Formats: sequence, structure tokens, C-alpha cells
Amino acid sequence: MTAAPDHKPTFADLSLSDRIGKAAPYLLIPVLVVLGFLAIGSTSSWLTLTVSGLAMGMMIFIMASGLTLVFGLMDVINFGHGAFISVGAFVGITVLIWLGSWTGAPSLMLNVAAVLLAVIAAMCVTGALGWGFERVIVRPVYGAHLKQILVTVGGLIVIEQLIHVVWGPEEIFLNRPETLKGAFTFAGAAIERYRVLAVVVGLVLFVAMRLVLRRTKIGLIVRAGVQNGEMVEALGYRLRLVFIGVFVAGSALAGLGGVMWGLYQEVITAGMGEEMMILVFIVVIIGGLGSVEGAFIGALLVGLLQNYIAFLEPKLALISNIGLMTAVLMWRPQGMMPVVKAK
Amino acid sequence: MSDPILSLQGVHTDIAQYHILQGVDLDVPRGQVTMLLGRNGVGKTTTLRTIIGHWQAKSGAITFDGAEITGIPTPARARAGIGFVPEDMGIFTDLTVEENMVLAAASGPLDKARLDWIFAAFPPLKTFWRSEAGNLSGGQKQMLSIARAMAEERKLYLIDEPTKGLAPAIVSTMAGALRDLKKQGASVLLVEQNFSVAKALGDTAAVMDDGRIVWTGEMAELSASAELQERLMGLSMEAH
Repeated sequence: MTAAPDHKPTFADLSLSDRIGKAAPYLLIPVLVVLGFLAIGSTSSWLTLTVSGLAMGMMIFIMASGLTLVFGLMDVINFGHGAFISVGAFVGITVLIWLGSWTGAPSLMLNVAAVLLAVIAAMCVTGALGWGFERVIVRPVYGAHLKQILVTVGGLIVIEQLIHVVWGPEEIFLNRPETLKGAFTFAGAAIERYRVLAVVVGLVLFVAMRLVLRRTKIGLIVRAGVQNGEMVEALGYRLRLVFIGVFVAGSALAGLGGVMWGLYQEVITAGMGEEMMILVFIVVIIGGLGSVEGAFIGALLVGLLQNYIAFLEPKLALISNIGLMTAVLMWRPQGMMPVVKAK
Repeated sequence: MSDPILSLQGVHTDIAQYHILQGVDLDVPRGQVTMLLGRNGVGKTTTLRTIIGHWQAKSGAITFDGAEITGIPTPARARAGIGFVPEDMGIFTDLTVEENMVLAAASGPLDKARLDWIFAAFPPLKTFWRSEAGNLSGGQKQMLSIARAMAEERKLYLIDEPTKGLAPAIVSTMAGALRDLKKQGASVLLVEQNFSVAKALGDTAAVMDDGRIVWTGEMAELSASAELQERLMGLSMEAH
């Protein structure tokens, strides 16, 4: 970028209420964590649940981050996104089964290498699948929301059935790599190793996405395209290619999320992606269409709330996320940090 | 007219079920400011949007700089050298002024000398360089919108109502910037409702009615004839 001129902006300072309004979504996470602590009472239980909630939230974010950009940039409602989660899980777990000697060895390096290969394979396959899905299923229905819902749900069903054809109809149970099994104790709380890994992967992805979106020209094009695609084209950029790139990247991230979620649950099914889509859509909606930051905060809220409520009042856990979505939409009908206005 | 930079021949454009442009014939001379005038709703904005490719012409031909561009997509038209400033300004409000400008330089980094020229024309953009464009005033957003089109050298600028709703001082700034563009040899097709601005800036004019060009000629001729203005645009002397 060019060097900034030496003039200083002289906008009037935002009022206190405006500042609080802008920061409010970010404050929700610490507020929820503190409320969770007060409600749970026991430090060790609270810590275990908080790490579990953060891990779950990060994995949902991984799955939702691509979908929110696809929503915002392409105005496409893609119910087929869940298929990429399932395919990613099956491809990744298949690679891990092939590399059984690596995952079974008590070597951190071999275990990480196996997971890395599984993730790369899953992302490559789901990225390619996303490319084909965009070309064959989504492209003919750009601009037609009802048709998008119908054909992407159809695509989801077809891909789920293809998973049955390739891997069989049964669910597949799996073991995590040796060094990712078990837990360690911290401040009297049992923290699962794998959950820490999920938190780290989610954080790295979030930071990487922010860097790409804020520090690169392609990121600028994506952010601008989410707001006003027509104008981006009038500046000379072929937004169609960016659309395809974002769709492929979003599909690949869903594949990564599928591998992470499969290892988290230690069982995979063809319908797992479809089941996750409820949470993914809640996150995209409460975060605000097109907002990666919103999806990140929304995913963490969903993960934390579900874990706290499941501990405090298990019967309410099933509706906690719907309740969260209702509350957020009553507060901000466009979601917490919308980039594009809902149509 | 010899070798116009832009030529429309029999251009028809539909928007949904509405037949908006009904055979537009228009030549835009090189190196001149051509005013596209007419009452509200006669198809001026649709003409600009059809030229840049946001709406596809149903029939007819659009030729730019000697090559037909009727069927090619918007980005290719922009890269061929057409800058577009839409009526709603098209500012990316979540991006900073700097990011808006960086994005406008599609073929590479922003040229420092060109940036200095833009800052000289629109000083507030320098002041608010690192601020979100959404926080700018209406006039500053309009400046940014035109500055973005100026970020790279263009052969033709399509500008839609740049002075709409702006204070007189800012209108004067806009007019100055457009004169600068003209001095640099650029061609401009300008939709403008403010007839005083049109008079001050225009070399030639084309008047639209009902989706067609109904009059073309020198701006001076139109300015001088109250009868023409009344007949073509419904302007009375009180409007001047």
C-alpha cells in the first residue's frame, strides 16, 4: 500500500454509547464466560467446560467461516455445505486409517504428520468437490434463492448417498492418534489434549483469515465484493473468479472442519454434516451475513453456551442455541456484525 | 464527428419487464465533456449502466475506442479504459479511504504523482486517508467516488449525477476536478441535473426522452436557447 499521508483524521470522537455498541459483540464472550463461572461455581468444572466450549466453537467456526463469505459475497444460500463437512470427514478419516501405523505410534511427530496429511487430503477433495458443485449446481441458480435452497438440498442428498455408496451405510468409529488421546490436568481441571489442538487450529485459522482479508488485495476485493459486487467489477476485477475461489476455499474449510469434528466425536456418519448445518446456520445468522469476525464470535457463543447449559440444565441444552439466536436477532435483527444487509 | 471515443447504435435495454432504452444512438467525442441531459426517468442512468455492462443491451451495438464491447463483461470494459462513477457513489463503506483507492488501482500500485493530483483536487481525502469511508460526509463520499475513477488513467469517464444533493462549495470542487480531467485529455460522459453545472462544464450535449436521444449538439447552443431547454427538458428560465 502507499505511504499514508501525514495528515491526521479529525473526525469527532464516537459517543460512549456508539463505542459500546461497536464493542458489544466482542464483550459478549467474556461476559458469558464470567456468567458461566458464577452459575457453575466450581472452578475445575468451569474450566473444563470453557475449554470444551471454546473447542466446539472453534470447530463450528471453521465450518461456518466459508459459508458466511459465500452468503455475503455471492448471495448464495448453500444448504449443500454440510456435504463438504461429511466428505471431508470421510476422506480424512480414511487417510488416518491408511496411516494406522503412524497414528498408533506414541510419537507426536508421526501423529501430527498423519493428521496433517488427512487434513490436506480432505481439503483438496472437498475443494475440488466445491468447484464442481459451484459449476454444476449453484451457477445456474445465482440470484434465485428458492431454487438455490431446492438444488443445494438436492445436491446434499446426492452427495450423502454417494458417501453410502463409497464407504457403506454404517457409521465409522475411530481412535484419535495416540498423543492426542487423553487429558492433562490444569488448575485441578481435566483438559482434553485434542480440545486444545482444536482451539489452536481455530485461532490460527481466524488470524490467518483476518490477515488475508485485511492485508492483501484479494482480501480487499472479497470485502468490497461482499458490500457491492457490481462496483468491484466496474473497477476492473473479475468477481466471478473470486466467487469461485471463495466457494472452493469455503468448501475446503468445511472439509477441514469435518476432519476436526470427526476426530472430536470419534465417529463419523454421512449425515454428520447435515446435522452440523443447524449450528453452522445459527452462527452465520447471529454473526451477521458476510462477517468472518461475526461468525467467530457467534461460534464461540454457541459452543460456550451449549456446554454451560448442558452442565447446568441438560434438558435446556437442545434449545439453548435457538434461544441465543432469538435473543441476538431481537437485539440486532441483521446479526451482530453484518457486512451485507439481509434481503 | 471524427472517430468518437464511444458510440452507441440502436441500443435497447430491458430491466425486468420494462423496455427502458428504446434505440439509443449516441456519439461521445474524444477529449470533450458530453452532457447527457433529460427529465427524470428517461433512461440516462440506464444508458450509463448499459455502457459499463451492469445491464446488457438487448440489441444494438456499443463501440469503445474502435472496438465493439457490446457482449463483453463489465471488468473487461473497465480494463479497456472506462471509469464509472454511479449515482449512488458505490463507496465501500467498511473499507478505509486508502483501501478504496488501492482497490481502484486495478492494474498495480497507486501512482504517487496521480495520488498527489487527486489530493490536490480533493484535500479531504488526504485528511481522512485512514478513516472508514462510511464515516465520510455525503460530499466527501462523492469526492472519493470520483477520485476512485481517477486513480488510474482512463480514456472515458461515465459519471452519474456527481453534484446531486451537494453544497455549492462542494459542487464547485467537483466541477474543478472534472475540468482537470478534461485538461488531461480524458473524455467524459456526464449525467447532470444541475443545468448551471452542465452549462459550465459541457462541450457537447445529448438530450434523452422516453429512452431515446432526441437532440444532440453543442452545449453552448442548448444553453443559449430557452426554447430548446423548455421543449427538450421542461426547463423554464426560473430553473437557471
